[in-house]
Amino acid sequence: MNYFIVTNNPMVRDEFFESNEIVYFDMEFEELLNKVKRYCEEGHKLLTHPLSGSVKPKETPYKSILISKEKKDIDMSSLNCIINCIDSCKKFGIINHIMNNEKDTDFQLVDLSLITSALMSADSCNI
Amino acid sequence: MKLELGYINIKDIVFGSESKISHGVLTVNKNAVKDLVLEDELIADVSFDVAKPGESVRITPVKDVIEPRVKVEGKGGVFPGWLSGVETVGSGKTYCLKGMAVVTAGKIVGFQEGIIDMSGIGAKYTPFSTLNNFVVVCSPVKNVKQHDYEKAVRIAGFKVASYLAKLSRELTPDSTEIYETCGIKEGIEKYPNLPRVAYVQMLQSQGLLHDTYVYGVDAKKTLSTIMCPTEVMDGAIVSGNCVSACDKNPTYVHMNNPVIHDLFAEHGKTLNFVCHIITNENVYLADKQRSSDWTAKMCRLLDLDGIILSQEGFGNPDADLIMNCKKIEAEGVKTVIITDEYAGRDGKSQSLADSDPAADAVVTAGNANELIKLPAMDKVIGTLDFVNSIAGGGENSLQEDGSIEIEIQAITGATNEAGFGYLSAR
Repeated sequence: MNYFIVTNNPMVRDEFFESNEIVYFDMEFEELLNKVKRYCEEGHKLLTHPLSGSVKPKETPYKSILISKEKKDIDMSSLNCIINCIDSCKKFGIINHIMNNEKDTDFQLVDLSLITSALMSADSCNI
Repeated sequence: MKLELGYINIKDIVFGSESKISHGVLTVNKNAVKDLVLEDELIADVSFDVAKPGESVRITPVKDVIEPRVKVEGKGGVFPGWLSGVETVGSGKTYCLKGMAVVTAGKIVGFQEGIIDMSGIGAKYTPFSTLNNFVVVCSPVKNVKQHDYEKAVRIAGFKVASYLAKLSRELTPDSTEIYETCGIKEGIEKYPNLPRVAYVQMLQSQGLLHDTYVYGVDAKKTLSTIMCPTEVMDGAIVSGNCVSACDKNPTYVHMNNPVIHDLFAEHGKTLNFVCHIITNENVYLADKQRSSDWTAKMCRLLDLDGIILSQEGFGNPDADLIMNCKKIEAEGVKTVIITDEYAGRDGKSQSLADSDPAADAVVTAGNANELIKLPAMDKVIGTLDFVNSIAGGGENSLQEDGSIEIEIQAITGATNEAGFGYLSAR
């Protein structure tokens, strides 16, 4: 595998911990994006779009992102993409939802389904 | 390819002992459609209701909206890959029940379904408030996986729509319209001086619960490809997604895609409508690159002069939108994009998650963050349980008196990016 998953979603962590390399952070959405930005600054490449799912930033607390294991020179398109996403995230402000268990599970599940879809693409080719 | 659409106008829907269409009134035998829906073992129960324009009725949570159609002449059947084989559709004769829709409702993923108000200010934001809506409210068996249940409800909607449409087989349409396309060479010979224009449609394809299907194939597993523009009129593309209500394309929009209809209206007059190109919006960045490369390559190979590009959704699809626009423009093909905006409640923020100077011709379908107060309705079909958690809502959205303060992104079709809506700057 030439990628790893950065996530704050416990359902993704539990689903893939045996089969994939996972870096789990117990932190908020925007903090996670900043972590990913630091990976990009270190030369890792972004492999999935950070705003996947058309779930608006701060509506969902969960996000899982695929990143290349390999470090090279800074990939400017990855860095620009994550910076744009952090900017998008800031403009939405905090949305105060009632986070009941059912809804929390829905958000985790949607994020899990999105990253599963990306893994299918990642595993079907070698880039 | 030539397709004749026969329009049967439905003025009213009632329940009765025998399903039939007579003098524009659709009578539905509840037990017959109930048996049809409950064929799927994942659906525990189903109820039916009718919502008419102007009534004090709210439908929520809405999953899909479907126009009943039936093939009466020619190859294949409506909803290929689902209810009929996969033979190419888009030719022959198809009957459409106009003025009505089948609406599927009930919770799948609570925060990604919508609201349709049949009266009040909310009705002005959804294109589906002007229809007689036959609402199918499903509930799942216990412990079903959401994506399996989504599929069950999706197919239930198609089955009900097909059952109702078949009642019109022996009728004479109130009006007909003919849509005809020509081959590449024929088009060049016929319209040598008209600009060659295509429609590039981006399909939601981000993963389970975020998918669109083409002839039964999951669009995320496809390469960008060409369709005859009449194929969608026979249900070749269907919605299988639970994304934000305002800017997803329900199946009804695919069947009545306004970009395709408007391009046909100008075909042979101001332009030569060459074809319909479809592409996807995957989450894996290499998929985005491949798909947008292929779309641009096809635009070049077809020697197009211009295209109209519509997206579906927000955020991740904005990246595909800009990649497509940039690459197609770089091939020398003029590109106009249709999108909506998430510009904050005050409308002052950056509208899209990505941008480029090549995107210099943009049609907006509205600001999805616009706040609206929907008055209480006398009747709710479905449930208000998810209003506070629906995309665009918050913990205080649902007021004690039944009114709702919410962003218009919660309203089904409010900022539809194929332009199937009422918002206008005029």
